[in-house]
Amino acid sequence: MTTAAGYNFGYLDENSKRMIRRALLKAVAVPGYQVPFGSREMPLPYGWGTGGIQVTASIIGPDDVLKVIDQGADDTTNAVSIRRFFAKVAGVATTERTAEASIIQTRHRVPEAPLREGQILVYQVPMPEPMFRLEPRLAETRKLHALADYSIMHIKFYEDIARTGHIATSYNYPVMVDDRYLMSPSPIPSFDNPKLHRMPALQLFGAGREKRIYAVPPYTKVRSLDFEDHPFQPIRADGTCALCGSRESYLDEIVTDDRGGRMFICSDTDYCGTRAAGQEAAE
Amino acid sequence: MNPGFADPTLDAQTSFRAVLDAMAQPGRILRLHASPAQPPAGLAPAAAALLLALTDADTPVWLDAGPAAAAWGRFHAGCRIVDDPRQASFVFASGPPPSQAALAQGSAEEPHLSATLVLEVAQLAAGSGWVLRGPGIDATARLLVLGAPADFLAQRAANLAAFPCGVDTILTCGPLLAALPRTTRVEAA
Repeated sequence: MTTAAGYNFGYLDENSKRMIRRALLKAVAVPGYQVPFGSREMPLPYGWGTGGIQVTASIIGPDDVLKVIDQGADDTTNAVSIRRFFAKVAGVATTERTAEASIIQTRHRVPEAPLREGQILVYQVPMPEPMFRLEPRLAETRKLHALADYSIMHIKFYEDIARTGHIATSYNYPVMVDDRYLMSPSPIPSFDNPKLHRMPALQLFGAGREKRIYAVPPYTKVRSLDFEDHPFQPIRADGTCALCGSRESYLDEIVTDDRGGRMFICSDTDYCGTRAAGQEAAE
Repeated sequence: MNPGFADPTLDAQTSFRAVLDAMAQPGRILRLHASPAQPPAGLAPAAAALLLALTDADTPVWLDAGPAAAAWGRFHAGCRIVDDPRQASFVFASGPPPSQAALAQGSAEEPHLSATLVLEVAQLAAGSGWVLRGPGIDATARLLVLGAPADFLAQRAANLAAFPCGVDTILTCGPLLAALPRTTRVEAA
């Protein structure tokens, strides 16, 4: 293990880590509840994953293998820089393979490959409060959470249906955790919501600017909010990945020219690459 | 004064990850590999590691392990030792613990302000004993606990009724620990 000189292991000082660790334990004990914490200044701006990074910095150890994805991709700026950051300040091994990672920090996607017990998925969260567009006063939403009164979210969904015929939310689709707390799953596509339900891996959520940490323990019930007559429907582009041919994975639409040309490819680069390599080997 | 962690940074991380695993998978027994080699009299290795890994000047601590352990905690963790368990965010009990109802419960709006009870028991074993259900558990888990107070389960049931308020318990036994967060439903087998 080699770490950058002049920095504590994992960048954060021990007091900050301890404070975040205590918040994490309470977050796991009350699934879906947003625990306030003293978010620290990090060497990158709010909005670039400071919450996720602080959570990762507080849990990571020298034996961990870290994977970082941004919208499913391992090779985008945010993912590469966060992976390098931890390689530098914690000296940990990094990987792009979902199965090899012990900690996966993610922005806005859940990997396609099922996660297993013992893995930890760390979400970067821009806005932890699922009701903030309906009730901007945090003092008020805290009361609504205390009373488990989520009627304003149901009304919003009802009005969506009255206007458009369906629930007009395709990402950041709110979920009920263990039948108690309404939770923002972070801006993942609603396609990923079913993966949160009874996931064997531990899910931790960090919001740096909003200074909140929350968690979903393994095998916990996570239900996307809906109505009996308008059941939750995950959204996926009706297409086939141009690289690996997947019809099941979540797809990104790529514009290829200025004459309307476009193609779909998997948003999860590890899933797509593994499949494409398997097909080449078979040929 | 007995020494604390051999490596304060990495031992605290290892110990914390074990507690996090335990809390995320209630009933699972974990062995702490980085406990202080010579914990003070009255504190078992796992409890001593938790004290160092989780407490500091921000967390009032109550303990019944005696003056040597209190001085050790003050010196190594910098924690404030309180006489009244109601004021403590961490309660370390090696003997009969204070009633869970007498500890900080948090409030409906701020349930994270409740106490964490670290309770030393005579034996922890998997595969038999109590039947656990709840978040973190795939169907059911079994945990055999010997040496917990006779009314421990009754206290926990009352604790659960006040959800989301309530005390989280970490059971320690020498170098072992297992967690019972407030969401875990426990049935005596």
